[in-house]
Amino acid sequence: MARVNFDGVSKSFGGTLAVDDLNLEVHDGELLVLLGPSGCGKTTALRMVAGLEDPSSGTVSIGDTVVNDVEPKDRDVAMVFQSYALYPHMTLRRNIEFPLRQQRVTTEERDRRVEEAATTLGLTDLLERKPGQLSGGQRQRVALARAIVRDPQVFLMDEPLSNLDATLRIQTRADIVSLQRRLGTTTIYVTHDQVEAMTMGHRIAVMRGGRLQQVAAPQDLYEHPANTFVASFLGSPGMNLIPATVDGASATVYGTTVELPAALGRVPPGPVTLGVRPEAASLAPTGIPASVTLVEQLGAETHVICSLADATRVVVRQGHQAARPDLGEAVTILIDPDHLHAFDAATGERVGAGR
Amino acid sequence: MTAGRTRKLKEWGLAYLLLLPALVVFAIFTFYPFLKNFKLALYQNPPYPGLPSHYVGLHQVGSVLSSTQFHQSLISTLLYVLMVVPVGLLGGLLLALAAHRAIRGMAWFRLIFSSTVVTSVAVAAVVFGTLMDPVVGLFPWLGVNPHPAILQNPTWALPAVSLIAVWQFLGLSFVIMTAGLQSLPEEILEAARLDGAGGWAMFWRVTVPLLSPTLFFGLVVGTIYAFQSFGQIDILIGPQNSQFTHTDVLLYAVYQALSIKNDPGVAAVLSIVLFAILLVFTLAQLRFLERRVTYAGD
Repeated sequence: MARVNFDGVSKSFGGTLAVDDLNLEVHDGELLVLLGPSGCGKTTALRMVAGLEDPSSGTVSIGDTVVNDVEPKDRDVAMVFQSYALYPHMTLRRNIEFPLRQQRVTTEERDRRVEEAATTLGLTDLLERKPGQLSGGQRQRVALARAIVRDPQVFLMDEPLSNLDATLRIQTRADIVSLQRRLGTTTIYVTHDQVEAMTMGHRIAVMRGGRLQQVAAPQDLYEHPANTFVASFLGSPGMNLIPATVDGASATVYGTTVELPAALGRVPPGPVTLGVRPEAASLAPTGIPASVTLVEQLGAETHVICSLADATRVVVRQGHQAARPDLGEAVTILIDPDHLHAFDAATGERVGAGR
Repeated sequence: MTAGRTRKLKEWGLAYLLLLPALVVFAIFTFYPFLKNFKLALYQNPPYPGLPSHYVGLHQVGSVLSSTQFHQSLISTLLYVLMVVPVGLLGGLLLALAAHRAIRGMAWFRLIFSSTVVTSVAVAAVVFGTLMDPVVGLFPWLGVNPHPAILQNPTWALPAVSLIAVWQFLGLSFVIMTAGLQSLPEEILEAARLDGAGGWAMFWRVTVPLLSPTLFFGLVVGTIYAFQSFGQIDILIGPQNSQFTHTDVLLYAVYQALSIKNDPGVAAVLSIVLFAILLVFTLAQLRFLERRVTYAGD
């Protein structure tokens, strides 16, 4: 077990900068999620830890060792791929013991460890089958077994759940979390799914366009997004971003005055972007005028998607018992000032202090 | 129900109508000659031209199959295939592995390696014939003077001819292997690298098994190719020398029986034997080897 460090790591492919000056420490025993949209550099960052890509500049270390020039096989890391990457011509037993055979582990030791890994992942009865005879979920468990059997310093997981159907994904998600917590192995987990990130990670590192946006514990990230990108990427649906003008302790939103809470701290006057979580907005007799464009019912809750005067989209999350407005109906949206965020209108960076 | 049946009939009718042109071509140029060949095998040619051939039943088949010339031809064919196919496949694989990396100018090497596919047999035979020539070829230049000359030598003529076939097959073999290598799932190879597989384990335990469908395809194609070699033998050895140099492989024996000796009956028997051998080979390959092949996605 070990920590993993990125120190000023950049990686470019041709002229494209995939990872741009990444500085990040993954703590010993932690499950860190690299989260971001596709093309944000998260997989490239992961592959640099594996040794499948070489950094263009900067250093990657595992424990106290800089591994830039260490071969993948000598890094003592195990990787789980999106496509499972099982060896199709080998039985599950052969698949799982493959890394141990390469390490020339004795037969008894090998059998013992394969048995243990198979038991952990409920694969004992399938060991003599080949991957082709398994379902997607079973294949993914084999890939996990092949990773844990090595007892590596670091687990690397590259979107391991994205080929599974929704039900299985939730199940396997929980399995991976409990496995990681039990083994205590440092894990870097790449995903574009913010729900996965929120539910699995000790901490989440959000990336965009090759740059690290923010690293924080899931709840912290949700409550204190560092910029509009993080604010809108996390949450389902993400945070509403509404243009406004600040004057002293209040802001004007489409002619409606919203009092800024003291907790928000000093927000410089002029144009800002206000951030409001859907649960902090409600339909009320007074507020910002809007019209309803869509109503999505999810059972326990309802999302009312509204459009402001200039077509800015605002989602209001309601309980299922609240009155449902009609499509096209003119409504007014009330914002809970205690849950207001403010961002610089030009840079999107957070301004003020509070939540 | 009736409407459904009518529609089905119409669909079948259309299907056969669309197949008709291909069926006609196959019937005239493949099925009819194929069947006619069996009939020819039962008729013996007259000793003098102009007389009618007469029915002899299986007598001719028996006499051809028991002749020493046929046995020699069969042995030459098998030796030839054994020399050409494994070397051609392995060579193609090695070239493909060498060219399977991102290096500037690799496209040129690919072009060169695959160029033998588009070289005509005649050109290749003339070039190799010159190289093997006892007067102006490579050997006198090296100061070696094999006697008799390589292509007239009962021991070395067959390996020499098979060398040309290997060279010629290399291009196709390289193309097949390259296509196979390029379609290997990248993530499995990466997983193997992380799992600690070194070069040797990587090749034998991962690359070759994953490549098995390609190797199998190459084996089938290569075997048929080798059995059908003709041009290099005709150009470099010729009908006068082929028997004495043990290079009259089955296909060439068929040609000699028909065109030189003007004996369609014997040629028919020999071509049926060639057909039977290829059929058995292909079925055996399908039966025994394909079971060991792992297709990706299985």
